[in-house]
Amino acid sequence: MTSPSSGEAVAKPASSGFGRLLEQRVLLSIAVLAVLPWLLPSQALAVNVLIYGVVVMGYNLLFGYTGLLSFGQAAFFGAGAYFTGIAIGRYGMPWFAAVPIAVLLSTCLAAAIGMVSTRTRGIYFSMVTLALAQLVYYVALQASSFTGGENGLRGFTVDRISLFGFQVNFLDPVNKYYVLMAFAALAMWFQSRILNSPFGAVIEAIRENEQRARACGYDVERSKLIVFMLSGAISSLGGCMLALHLSIVPLDLLHYQTSGMIVMMVLLGGARSFFGPFVGAASFLILEDVISLWTPHWQIFVGAIFVLFVLFLPKGIWGTLLDALGIGKARP
Amino acid sequence: MDLSLIIMQLLSGIALGAVLVITALGLTIVFGMLGVVNFAHGALFMIGAYAGLYLASLTGSFWWGLLLAPILIGAFGMLIEFVLIRRLYGRSIDDPLLLTFGLSYILVEGVRIVFGSDGIPFPTPPQLVGVLDLGIGFFPRYRLFVIALVAVVLLALWLTLEKTRVGLIVRAGARDPTIMQVLGVDIGRVWLAIFGLGVGLAALGGVLAGPMRSVNPEMGSLVLAEAFVVTVIGGLGSIVGAVVAGLMVGISISLVALFAPEMATIVMFALMAVVLLIRPEGLFGVRGRTA
Amino acid sequence: MPKSGSTSKITRRTALAGLSAGAALLAMPRLGRAADETIRIGFPTPLTGPFAAEARDQVKCAELAVKLVNDKGGVGGRKVELLVRDDKLNAGEAATRTLELIEKDKVHAVVGALSSAVQLAVNEVTRARGVIYVSISQSDTINEAKDFSKYTFHEALNPHMTTAAVARQTLKKGMKVAHLVADYAYGHEMLRGFKRAQTAIGAETVGEILHPFGAADYSTFMPRLMSLRPDVLCISNFGRDQANAIKQAVDFGVKQQMKIVVPVILHNQRLAVGPDVFEGVVGGSNYFWGLETQSKSAASFNAAFKAANGGAIPTDYGAYGYSGVGSLLAAMQAAGGTDTDKVVDALEKLQYDLTKGPQHYRKCDHQSVQSVLVLESKKKSAMANDNDLFAILANDAGSDDMLRSCSELGHAT
Repeated sequence: MTSPSSGEAVAKPASSGFGRLLEQRVLLSIAVLAVLPWLLPSQALAVNVLIYGVVVMGYNLLFGYTGLLSFGQAAFFGAGAYFTGIAIGRYGMPWFAAVPIAVLLSTCLAAAIGMVSTRTRGIYFSMVTLALAQLVYYVALQASSFTGGENGLRGFTVDRISLFGFQVNFLDPVNKYYVLMAFAALAMWFQSRILNSPFGAVIEAIRENEQRARACGYDVERSKLIVFMLSGAISSLGGCMLALHLSIVPLDLLHYQTSGMIVMMVLLGGARSFFGPFVGAASFLILEDVISLWTPHWQIFVGAIFVLFVLFLPKGIWGTLLDALGIGKARP
Repeated sequence: MDLSLIIMQLLSGIALGAVLVITALGLTIVFGMLGVVNFAHGALFMIGAYAGLYLASLTGSFWWGLLLAPILIGAFGMLIEFVLIRRLYGRSIDDPLLLTFGLSYILVEGVRIVFGSDGIPFPTPPQLVGVLDLGIGFFPRYRLFVIALVAVVLLALWLTLEKTRVGLIVRAGARDPTIMQVLGVDIGRVWLAIFGLGVGLAALGGVLAGPMRSVNPEMGSLVLAEAFVVTVIGGLGSIVGAVVAGLMVGISISLVALFAPEMATIVMFALMAVVLLIRPEGLFGVRGRTA
Repeated sequence: MPKSGSTSKITRRTALAGLSAGAALLAMPRLGRAADETIRIGFPTPLTGPFAAEARDQVKCAELAVKLVNDKGGVGGRKVELLVRDDKLNAGEAATRTLELIEKDKVHAVVGALSSAVQLAVNEVTRARGVIYVSISQSDTINEAKDFSKYTFHEALNPHMTTAAVARQTLKKGMKVAHLVADYAYGHEMLRGFKRAQTAIGAETVGEILHPFGAADYSTFMPRLMSLRPDVLCISNFGRDQANAIKQAVDFGVKQQMKIVVPVILHNQRLAVGPDVFEGVVGGSNYFWGLETQSKSAASFNAAFKAANGGAIPTDYGAYGYSGVGSLLAAMQAAGGTDTDKVVDALEKLQYDLTKGPQHYRKCDHQSVQSVLVLESKKKSAMANDNDLFAILANDAGSDDMLRSCSELGHAT
């Protein structure tokens, strides 16, 4: 018996036609993403926005909606990529088998890490997730016969995607984008289902007040573990997309700096909003791209912008925008 | 594998642990007393090294660098607390961590702009060059000095916190800031002092590490992960914990290096995972204290 | 030119994509490309990160190579343009930049990369799309059949060559050798190279210690290394790792007992650590400006670089930028243009001498056969000026038997 303190899980009657339109968030997001390659300076950048958008969306489930600041999301991003690459390259599996298997294995990894880290709370949780993800990094570095070690995983280039008799030349950047967008759409649909379900209400309740949620009779520990696994699963799908896109898996993907980048993106875009992760991914990547053109010291600007956001715009770009437009997804 | 080798290895581990201790100490004090996790701790360690080097070359003496750099960077830390972190008290517990994360990007890149991306040599002070013949083997004089200095600093810290009025105020302020304010203590000053102390310790770690490794803008990032691991093992907020955990980690890495040197870094994380499974708040942490 | 994608069935999706692509193309004003005349070479390099200085050197030298060709009228009358991109020493980033270079900037070839991981990433992207790639990263892996393609060329030295040259110079029969090795692919390649050369010479290995890649502290390995009492310590790691390892070994008094030897002695790391620590360390290199007293090519390369860069001298990494781009442009000249197959052919037949002596690409693995320098770091008092870092102990002329055999690498001979 819970009255969720947030409006997201329960469909609020929209105050205007525009608001009602915005509730179709999955479809809208897909529509925006569909035209993205023509808006951005390059297709490779657009694909990166898709990939990181999905990864950050998965992370948003953990951080934005449940309130768990993990610094180890890179472990699942990387796991999805590595498992996909190994399945295709080493075991010769076709992509439509490799991707589900990779997501499954990554979810198991998330379960393992989740079991250790959800025993801790608050700041410990952040530090533990960072350290465990670093452990995954070092293990991948050592297991070089599987992962290629420092050199990264290679040798699994996918140049053709075939499904149900349709064949697509995957090397063509436009084709590649729309195929990967299908993956992203799947991830978005999945995330939307989770958020709209009773479970979605539970995790938001945990974020608002863990003690109260427990008092209401919810198994907080189990819920945390489940959301950890779901978050890992979605982010790992982003990893699968990366593997298919780049045809390599770089070891750096697992480093905590990648986790940090994911955190930055979610904050830039707006945690606790559905489309925020994509906005955050796009802003970060475009910023980095543009600033890199006129100075190699882009990190100082990105860092400064991030600090300003933490201080003054904690809801991120999209979150603040939604707030300003008075649309029902605003948080107390 | 004879005994003298093992003893030398232990000594090595203690020297390694000493640096870990001093870096983790700063992190754990700031968290224990302010509830802030300083993600820029590694970057400040690195800046300490650069400051020490710069001051040493300016004054011509390593010792001035060693003395002044922590003070200078500690003051810089106070500035950071006053201007940036203070705005975040009362907001989510994660916000200082996020802010200092962004700050670390700024600090590292700032150093690259000013000093360049290349490594710079940090000469060992002439009085400490060379090895000491311990009978069972040679050990660098400088590392013995590091062990000794860290021990002295720990002693001084303990004495200050336990035996002086200033230390009393700091400890009380950590326990209950509201009562302290009621009692008329300017809690803002206490916060400044604590943050400055934490940052100063990081800088001291940097200056000490400088002559052992070359000084470069990236040297803080590995140190950050190590400091996190040590503080988590020891228990966030516990000074004793930081000391014990630091030494434990240093010695473990050192002994593992005898048998499986390529696993030396993984050992640190494995140790942390084991400790967390048995005692989630760390060896000396206070149960339930997470925020 | 990149090979066109293989034909695929027109699906609804591709038709839609094609339509929107067409519409967008019409809608967006494209810069008038009389510049389709320009020859574009992509150059990914780590402008940010620990090798920024080396990267900058490479860019300067690559630009010099382009300038010299353009001054003489370009390639077949067409100007050459170098598109420099920051790969941030990150394989993923490098792959993305390379994709952009190929898809957006329509480069005719790619030269570059510093780290092994980055070169392999770039290679994976270029070979799938039929774009020529000349790698200037030092690694054995790219020679092997698994990563090879007819579009892949390797202009730099590899660990096999450098370790053999260094071993020949420093090891004698009956010597005892200890190894400190970074535990990753590159470290293992160097170790393998050393041990092979050792066996041929008749020196024995008394111990091998692997250290974690990127370790900052080597103190825990020192007692064990010293207890092995070797004559020579071979340190097989790179960059910062090398600087730190040598520094700390010297701190522990290692130099009093044994000679320190490295596969590749790096100009910038020597600057980072200083003459005292590096004194007496011997290592291999692809280039040192001091070669100008022995080689006319070196002298003219140095002169051209000095003229364009205010009297500065080119470094080892810089020279790779020059010879990588230079050899590609020479092949394009010979091929009369940018037709990929013709340029590949021209590269395979090319004999060039840009920085230190005659070089050519071996047919089976496209490895550039070249001389290897063996250098010894000078002590401070012996340095004639700030740039006089090394003494040249040997300059072994390039030959095919410096390389591993084609069959060993998995190529059909």
